[in-house]
Amino acid sequence: MVPIYYYIALSAILFTLGSLGVLIRRNAIIIFMSVELMLNAANLAFVAFARMHGGLSGQIFVFFVMAVAAAEVAVGLALIVKIFETKHSIDIDQMNMMKG
Amino acid sequence: MLMSETATAGLSFFSLAPLVLFFPLLGLLLNLIWGGRFSEKVIGGIASGAVGATFLVAVLQMVALLSHPEGTVIPLVDWITIGALNIHWGIQIDTLSVTMMLVVSGVGCLIHIYAIAYMHDDVRINGDPSRYRRFFVFFNLFILAMMTLVSADNYLMLFVGWEGVGLCSYLLIGFWYDKGKDGIGNALAGNKAFITNRVGDFGFLLAAFTLFGLFRSFNFNEVFAKVEEISVLMPAGILMITLFMLIGVTGKSAQLPLYVWLPDAMAGPTPVSALIHAATMVTAGVYLIARSHPLYAVVPQAQSLVAWVGTLTAVFAATIAVAQFDIKKVLAYSTISQLGFMVAAVGMGAYVAGMFHLVTHAFFKALLFLSSGSVIQGVERGLHEVEHHHKGKQAAAHHLDPQDMRNMGGLRQRMPITFWVYLIGALALAGIVPLAGFWSKDEILLKASYKDARLYTLLSIAAFFTAFYMARQIILVFFGKPRSDAAAHATESPKLMTVPLIALAVLSVFGGALNLPGIHAFGHWLEHTIHHLAAVKEGVELPEFSLQVAAVSTLIAFLAIALGWWVYQQWGERLQKANAAYIDPLQVAFKPVFNVLNQKYWVDELYWALFVNPYKAFSKWLAEQVDWRFWHDWFHDTIIAGGFKRLTLFLAQPIDLGIIDGIANGLAALTQAGAAYLRRFQSGYVRNYALAVFLGVVAMMSYLIFVLR
Repeated sequence: MVPIYYYIALSAILFTLGSLGVLIRRNAIIIFMSVELMLNAANLAFVAFARMHGGLSGQIFVFFVMAVAAAEVAVGLALIVKIFETKHSIDIDQMNMMKG
Repeated sequence: MLMSETATAGLSFFSLAPLVLFFPLLGLLLNLIWGGRFSEKVIGGIASGAVGATFLVAVLQMVALLSHPEGTVIPLVDWITIGALNIHWGIQIDTLSVTMMLVVSGVGCLIHIYAIAYMHDDVRINGDPSRYRRFFVFFNLFILAMMTLVSADNYLMLFVGWEGVGLCSYLLIGFWYDKGKDGIGNALAGNKAFITNRVGDFGFLLAAFTLFGLFRSFNFNEVFAKVEEISVLMPAGILMITLFMLIGVTGKSAQLPLYVWLPDAMAGPTPVSALIHAATMVTAGVYLIARSHPLYAVVPQAQSLVAWVGTLTAVFAATIAVAQFDIKKVLAYSTISQLGFMVAAVGMGAYVAGMFHLVTHAFFKALLFLSSGSVIQGVERGLHEVEHHHKGKQAAAHHLDPQDMRNMGGLRQRMPITFWVYLIGALALAGIVPLAGFWSKDEILLKASYKDARLYTLLSIAAFFTAFYMARQIILVFFGKPRSDAAAHATESPKLMTVPLIALAVLSVFGGALNLPGIHAFGHWLEHTIHHLAAVKEGVELPEFSLQVAAVSTLIAFLAIALGWWVYQQWGERLQKANAAYIDPLQVAFKPVFNVLNQKYWVDELYWALFVNPYKAFSKWLAEQVDWRFWHDWFHDTIIAGGFKRLTLFLAQPIDLGIIDGIANGLAALTQAGAAYLRRFQSGYVRNYALAVFLGVVAMMSYLIFVLR
């Protein structure tokens, strides 16, 4: 059996990669992908702990997270399509109209 | 049975007494409200009728008094009620007040009737017929005020009447306020009378206040009942009251030193001079002293001062009258002189003689004034005729003063009725047997001869001058040849004027019968009021007749008249032939003396120099320095306005602009600066926000993990 540390380490690496992607990349699609990466890093941690403790609640949380992520992607992609229609770009730095 | 009937009738007559106030009031209100619609005859009729009705009421009071000589007080209303002070408005009915009522309303009624005709011409001569109504309103108001004065049962109510007659005097002296010297001469005369009387009224008020302080009452009966008690405790207090009262008397009754207003008061129409400034108002002071006799009885010093003031005034004014040319001015000084006789009489304790002279003087002086009015209007008519017929003489005629005796002469044939009544009045005034003036003046002289030889001598000198100036006036006005065209064309006055004159002439002839020696009807009549009061210890001793005094005074009068005749008829005629303009013989013989008298001893000028000019300078100083420079410029402008300005400046500049605005602006600047700093975090880059969120989460997590654990 693979020890829990491996899962946690992988989860941490994935989360770090995801957050770096969100902070660094400009392309909205890439940022979405990075967010998914972070969500799945969290899911991995949930599942790993659930397995370690032998409980089901972690597993069920993951289902919820995946459902919410799916909804989020649907909304997010719709927004990106609309933004692209108006600005002909999905560069996130171009979207600074709310700047004070 | 008959006695009780008359008794009840008498008492019911007493209850009519308030009508003496209501009738004049009614007359004045009728003329005041509806007079504009009435003709002159109706206005005059209402006014005269009101006074006539008043006279009838006074006669009824007299009838009632014959059976009830002790009199009564008819309470009218409560006037002032403050704490313990309770002043009623009551009508005092006794022989003294009813005597005054009879004189005021009786003589007043005749003068009213005369004025109907006189004012008819007067308003046309002066060119404003609309003032006819006003004259009679004022005249009735005067009767009302005079009745208030004489019917008062307390000093305060008397003061109301006292001021009321002063007001009417002022209004009527200034009746032609737009006429006179420089167009304001009459108004100034009115002012002079009013202000001079104010000085006297000040004395009266002081007397009333002191009286109240001592007696705790203004009521005559209450005061007189306590006189003896108080005079033991506070003799100085009563002396003060009587002396202050004397100041009031000198003002109202034109005695030294406040007589100066009366000659100027002749600016009023002649009926005013007759009614107010000869017959009634000016005698108010004599009445006041007679009314207050219980007070005077306990302070002989005050009495002798009153006697001396009266005597000196009598001589002083009589000498001035000798050198006046204005027909009314002569009579004015004569009035002052005769008032001096009365004041001297009441000062000597001869209240009956004083009141008797008051009554007879009211008859013959009213007669003289009204006749002089008749003369003046006769000359005015002559003047009018001359202007009408001889256009060329118009300019010269305009300068002619119809009151100047130098422009008269020879009016005996032109105005026979006026001449005869004037002669009767003059002889009565001069004291010729058996006219009214002889009896009353003789009583005064008799009393003086007992009292003090000096007073007697001075009064006899005054009597001599009186006869002399009356002889002079008669001769200048009625004898010789007319000295102007106006006098040559003068005509007799209408019946409405001559009938009252004749009535007054009859009274002047027979007025002495009131108090003939041996009968003393008037003395017994007044005795009920003046004698029964306990305060008068010796009472009023009835003067018996002294043939010696009577003979001396008659001799003096005849001597003076003869001298006057010789000087003005014989010598004056010769002088007139030699000179074109009229010259008084005395002017030739005693030029400096005559000038002094003609200029009235320069008393007016003296008063101007002593009082009026310093007072004016003082008021000017007060106005310019104290009021304007100190009060207005310094206190108001500098202190109040300047201080306020500085305070508001201080509040505006450092407080409002500095602190209040500083707080508001500072807050705004702070917010602005904070906002300017914070806006830099609002870059608009989502990544930046995300980074912030990330870092925040990291920080929170670190806190949770490392600190809280």
